[in-house]
Amino acid sequence: MKATDTIRFENVSKFYGEVLGVNRITLTLSPGITTLVGPNGSGKTTLMNLMTGLVQPSRGTVSVLGLPPSNATEFFCNLGYCAQFDSFPRGVTGFQFVLDSLMLFGMSEEDALHLTVEALERVQLDGEAAHRRIAGYSKGMRQKIRLAQAIAHHPRVLVLDEPLNGLDPMARAESLALFQELGRQGMHVVISSHILDEVDRVSDRVVLITGGYLIAQGNIHEVRQEVRDKPMQVLIRCDSPELLASKMFSVNHCVEARLHADGRGVFLRTGDIDQFYRLLNEIAVEGLVKIDAVAPADDDANAIYQYLIGSDGSPS
Amino acid sequence: MPLTNLIGALRQQPWSLWWIQFRRFTRMEIRRNLFTRRAWWVYFLAFIPAVIIFIHLLVDTHPGFGLSDDTQVLAGVVQLYYIRLGVFFGCLGIFSRLIRGEMIERSLHYYLLSPVRREVILLSKFFAGAVSAVVVFGTAVIADFALMYAGYGAAGTDYMLNGPGLGQIESYLLIVVLACLGYGSIFLLLSLVFRNPMPGALLLLGWEAINPVMPSLLQKFSVASYLRHLMPVSVPAEGIFALLTVETEPISAWVAVLGLLVLIALVLTYSCYRIRTLEIRYTTE
Repeated sequence: MKATDTIRFENVSKFYGEVLGVNRITLTLSPGITTLVGPNGSGKTTLMNLMTGLVQPSRGTVSVLGLPPSNATEFFCNLGYCAQFDSFPRGVTGFQFVLDSLMLFGMSEEDALHLTVEALERVQLDGEAAHRRIAGYSKGMRQKIRLAQAIAHHPRVLVLDEPLNGLDPMARAESLALFQELGRQGMHVVISSHILDEVDRVSDRVVLITGGYLIAQGNIHEVRQEVRDKPMQVLIRCDSPELLASKMFSVNHCVEARLHADGRGVFLRTGDIDQFYRLLNEIAVEGLVKIDAVAPADDDANAIYQYLIGSDGSPS
Repeated sequence: MPLTNLIGALRQQPWSLWWIQFRRFTRMEIRRNLFTRRAWWVYFLAFIPAVIIFIHLLVDTHPGFGLSDDTQVLAGVVQLYYIRLGVFFGCLGIFSRLIRGEMIERSLHYYLLSPVRREVILLSKFFAGAVSAVVVFGTAVIADFALMYAGYGAAGTDYMLNGPGLGQIESYLLIVVLACLGYGSIFLLLSLVFRNPMPGALLLLGWEAINPVMPSLLQKFSVASYLRHLMPVSVPAEGIFALLTVETEPISAWVAVLGLLVLIALVLTYSCYRIRTLEIRYTTE
């Protein structure tokens, strides 16, 4: 893929005095939704700030769609950043905040007004609220207005630091649907979030980072495949889960079986997923067990996070 | 042909876009500087002499005072109050808020993430700060002037419009403009370099006070020393005034103006360099 279509980190390190931000990150992100996963202080925000030029790398280079952050005029026409800082210029209304941002692009006032209304509609912030001062907004509304400001100019790259914080379940679902739509349109959407269960569903790839180091990156299923030392867990929905479990245990790579709470399925943990599926096919062909559905049970960002980083935040 | 290349490169820059961004950014900043609640104390600093003069106008009927006495008083107000305190602290408030204040409020990143060159952001902020300060303090000085001579009736009007009054007010306004630009540029730089610009500002206040006893070379690095040469009416250095009044070697008005403008240009150039390398790390603010 061409440099003008990707976000590139080339051997990037960032030190804050003696403190390590990120170290020797080499990463290429193609269009779609990318989730940055890592514990607090792992370097996710530093990575995003480097990507958007808010901090400069101590070593290495960062480019977004082939542009360096120093080329502000072109760079920020292509990039929107919804930072995690929950603060705004004093005294402005939501509408004025988005409009002022757009006016700095040099467009006509008419176009800026049109884009402001469009952005507010996209984040579903109603007109009455938009004309109130941001100081009186709820946390969810502040999150929405920041998102509106970041997407208002139709950037090709959208960077979102903890965009689901403070949103209620309905607003989270709407935001995720918006991110998915933007990803489908060919945009780069880079998200960091602690709400992995939800973000995971919309992500095309994950970047796992801890202690400033890149641990793994790629399609979530590929990353899971790379974690070979951790047995994979699969949920099989069938009419005879006990029989299936006993059959599967006849091979030595099956290390754990647990019945589903409703009694119509079984979680099986295996050290060799290829052989596991082969055996499952044979059982299905035999007809002894009627298999309704098969789905990976730990093939998500949360499980990978736990396997690779661990609950204490240190690489396991 | 490096010069030809440089000119060619400069011509290719998007000057018209930068000009639009500069105007719009300046407009936003002026709105924020002048029409928010935080601006009230700048108005207070600027108009407190006018309020005092107005009360004098109502209560006192100039017993034993003449036009020349009040002209001296007005010169003292401009030189000892506005330049030393009013404009100084007013500019400290306005200009240190432009960058450091927004870092403390955690809102500066919105502008650094806009498609505006950082130099344009800095110069817009400086210009907006200067316009705001000049509007407030210039209006205050005009009000002081008008109120001071209003009590003299026709003689006061004649002094202001046909006598030396008009030339004096022009000089005072020039001094206010230069003071706002000079102190503004320094406070903007201080707020870029230091997390807390206040110690630096107090150091500058001390420097401006002791500058008269410095060698002539060092006196060139003082805003007040340039302004002293532009005063249309000299304030006699007596008693406490002798400690506060700047006594520099006499230089011509245009040298004073040019010297101060060069000083401002140098400070702004370095500020532009600083803002290019400015990083947003609010956790350290």
